[in-house]
Amino acid sequence: MDFEIAMLLGQDGVTNGAIYALLALALVLVFAVTRVIFIPQGEFVAYGALTLAMIEAGRLPGTVWLLLAAGVAVTVLDGTAALRRGGGARLAAVVGWNLLYPLALLALLWTVPTAGWPLAAKVALTLAVVVPLGPMIYRVAYQPVAEAPVLILLIVSVAVHVAMVGLGLLFFGAEGSRTSAFSDASFTVGPMMVSGQSLWVVGTSLALIVALALFFGRTLYGKALRATAINRAGARLMGISPALAGRLTFMLAALIGALSGVLIAPIATIYYDTGFLIGLKGFVAAIIGGLASYPIAALGAILVGLLEAFSSFWASAYKEVIVFTLIIPVLVWRSLTSHHVEEDE
Amino acid sequence: MSQSRSSAAPAPVTGKVPLVRALPWLLLVLLACVPVTLSPFYVTLLNYIGLYAMVALGLVLLTGVGGLTSFGQGAFVGLGAYTTAVLTTHEALPVWLAWAGGSPWLALIVGLVLTAIVAVVLGSLTLKLSGHYLPLGTIAWGISLYFLFGTMEVLGGHTGLTGIPPISLFGWELDQGGEIFYLIWAFLLVAMLTTRNLLDSREGRAIRALKGGMVMAESMGVDTSRSRMIIFVIAALHAAASGWLYAHMQRFVNPTPFGLHIGIEFLFMAVVGGAGHVWGAVIGAAVITILKQWLQDLLPALFGASGNFEVIVFGVMMVIILQRAPNGIWPILTRWWPDRGVRRTVDAGAAPLPRREMPAAGEVLLQAIDVTRKFGGLVANNKMNLSVAAGEILALIGPNGAGKSTMFNQVSGVDTPTSGEVLFRGQDVAGKTAREVARLGMSRTFQHVRLLPEMSVLENVAIGAHMRGSKSVLPAAWRMDRAEEARLLAEAARQIERVGLAEHMFDAAGSLALGQQRILEIARALCSDPCLLLLDEPAAGLRYREKQILGELLRKLRGEGMAILLVEHDMDFVMGLVDRVVVMEFGEKIAEGLPEEVQKNPAVLEAYLGGVA
Repeated sequence: MDFEIAMLLGQDGVTNGAIYALLALALVLVFAVTRVIFIPQGEFVAYGALTLAMIEAGRLPGTVWLLLAAGVAVTVLDGTAALRRGGGARLAAVVGWNLLYPLALLALLWTVPTAGWPLAAKVALTLAVVVPLGPMIYRVAYQPVAEAPVLILLIVSVAVHVAMVGLGLLFFGAEGSRTSAFSDASFTVGPMMVSGQSLWVVGTSLALIVALALFFGRTLYGKALRATAINRAGARLMGISPALAGRLTFMLAALIGALSGVLIAPIATIYYDTGFLIGLKGFVAAIIGGLASYPIAALGAILVGLLEAFSSFWASAYKEVIVFTLIIPVLVWRSLTSHHVEEDE
Repeated sequence: MSQSRSSAAPAPVTGKVPLVRALPWLLLVLLACVPVTLSPFYVTLLNYIGLYAMVALGLVLLTGVGGLTSFGQGAFVGLGAYTTAVLTTHEALPVWLAWAGGSPWLALIVGLVLTAIVAVVLGSLTLKLSGHYLPLGTIAWGISLYFLFGTMEVLGGHTGLTGIPPISLFGWELDQGGEIFYLIWAFLLVAMLTTRNLLDSREGRAIRALKGGMVMAESMGVDTSRSRMIIFVIAALHAAASGWLYAHMQRFVNPTPFGLHIGIEFLFMAVVGGAGHVWGAVIGAAVITILKQWLQDLLPALFGASGNFEVIVFGVMMVIILQRAPNGIWPILTRWWPDRGVRRTVDAGAAPLPRREMPAAGEVLLQAIDVTRKFGGLVANNKMNLSVAAGEILALIGPNGAGKSTMFNQVSGVDTPTSGEVLFRGQDVAGKTAREVARLGMSRTFQHVRLLPEMSVLENVAIGAHMRGSKSVLPAAWRMDRAEEARLLAEAARQIERVGLAEHMFDAAGSLALGQQRILEIARALCSDPCLLLLDEPAAGLRYREKQILGELLRKLRGEGMAILLVEHDMDFVMGLVDRVVVMEFGEKIAEGLPEEVQKNPAVLEAYLGGVA
């Protein structure tokens, strides 16, 4: 291996690592606030990428049907509760967000040819379709069992993951897709070539991380989520609704997932089931951070990206094995430093 | 209620019992008839159900009973299948492995040993950590092994290995589906029987304590990480044996049936069937297998595309089941079942367990010397000294926040003092785990009652006797532990009678009133044959009459030479009962002495009443 190849692999690793870092942040966030180990995080990546690909191809993305179906389910669940309490305004909000919004999106996608739209508009449309799925899934699948043990929540996660992969196959087919790059530019920095898309990925990731930091540091909702993560019961007593915290968290997770998918789609072919492996690499990073530390998880993600890039050069067949084996030393270290017997929640 | 009370007597024989007793035998006869009566299609389907049920059974033990889980069981199945495939098909095995070549039965042993090693390594990496690291670890392991199966040359890559010979049993070649059927179901039934036996034993109680009772079990001397390891390894071995049978039934292996998605399906089977029940594994395997068969025909036709769309239905179904019937189908079925009348009987004639040599009355057992515990800048205990002697009750009292519970944790091995010494019978116990402290003869109760509400009072108390037995997994699985088990249960029954809970012996512990639950905890502590009892607010929540009974019991124990350290709020209860009192405030001892003296002590009056009244 010469320097040039090393730089190329390094660039690859950092680019992918930036995506894993975003996913790891989402996973840590979801776990901290809701105790859910969010296995379907990767599906949002695939849904984001493939929805964009279908919009580019001028076809109606199947995810909008899922949005409608999930919206109907939420409307039934929340609508009956709103009716029982006799809240007309509340009912209107429920119906508006969960029924009219998906219908409006469906009508738009159905009637307006979107293929010719500028990329930014297509990306916005993709996010408009995929992101609301996060809170809807939380409402339907997780909220009824929000107080269950971590293990039950994990099994729910796996069930949601499995269903979403199956639906992904139904919506997008078994063929993989790539979308057009955000930028075809490339820059020469000293001895190495940097592609514009890599810069987009790394730049967007950094911007998103800063935005999240501001959200959690400066806004009331961000502080509410932090409070919930630190002490669920205490936050509840202070009037922070756990259901609201859950939905907000899942919205962020879905946003991060879909945006990651949109970013990665031009540099890697995405299949309906690719998201799972991408999400798992985010998990490896999150585990490095002990499912608790954001900075360590982000560093871990870069490490995962680099390890993956270099092992694909040396031993491409064993690439996945090597990446997942990375968690072993981490687990050993964590295992050696933990002594006390504690009750699992 | 009256029904459960009569259960203390030997099982009442009702008209329904013979039918229920006969059911398993009826089932066995039906099973034996399957290959001669049903078409090959159904025989094959039942073969698969049997194979899957075996894996799901491991998960019942791991997830339903132990509260852990694994998504990597598919990989363990693959390990069993590939081991036998390699050993029975490769012509030129390396010399060190040649002895195991050619024979499926030897390959089974090699596969099981290999699986056990992998499971122990994987378990030792994750089992000490909190519960969710194990499933995440098994996902990584499941994916890694799947990729290895698909890439390694010697394992045939993605095309797999063919030409696996059939199993032969006493010269009988099991090369038809209807023949291996018997072997598969024999394996499954043995696995179910041994699992049931295991759960109904000393080791089984320790395993059942894993879900929600680990802190309690540790202070009763149970090594909970060992128990976790045991069920993880057993679940892996069940999966490997299933893989071995699978390889010899299919006569070829490729990576597809051992992937992560299959591992997830196994877990679904256990959850759907009822993860807490041995029969849940069979029900779940049957439901998922049949449903899959049906959906794989239906859905692709419906959607007009090919693919594994059944997973959509499974996923949605799982979410609904976990929300609406988290205990699965089996408990719903047994609701219509006549009372099974299987009641445990306690053999009162069982030889008593050996007892520890009790210290002489007056011998100082517990001594805390200058114990200080700081949490950051907060000094919760400052240079605390106290001692308890055999045949004495010492009360540690003080207003809220005085540091009593912290002090209690320092002496019971839950926490480690920042400085100072805690001597128990001359040994320094500071820094020792709750388990080690329990072994030395110190036993405790909890301020917030910790018991297993689903288990009977008898079984809860028997956990206390854990350290006094030694029979482990294998004797328990094959019922070779009955003599010891009878002695343990007899001891538990004796302690229950001693504290006056005999009429509730077979009731679920969760059905008792709070006061009775506190008494149960004392019986459990006594069951470990301690010489020092640590009681954390035993009178809290008790009614007047219950307090009187508790007081009588403690006096009786003191008379027998027991040393008792009591942390208590209730002055009336303490003053009439104890020999000496230590009063704490702001982490320090402000008074010590006889109850009457302490009551007149101005510092104590100030602490409690805010000044001399």
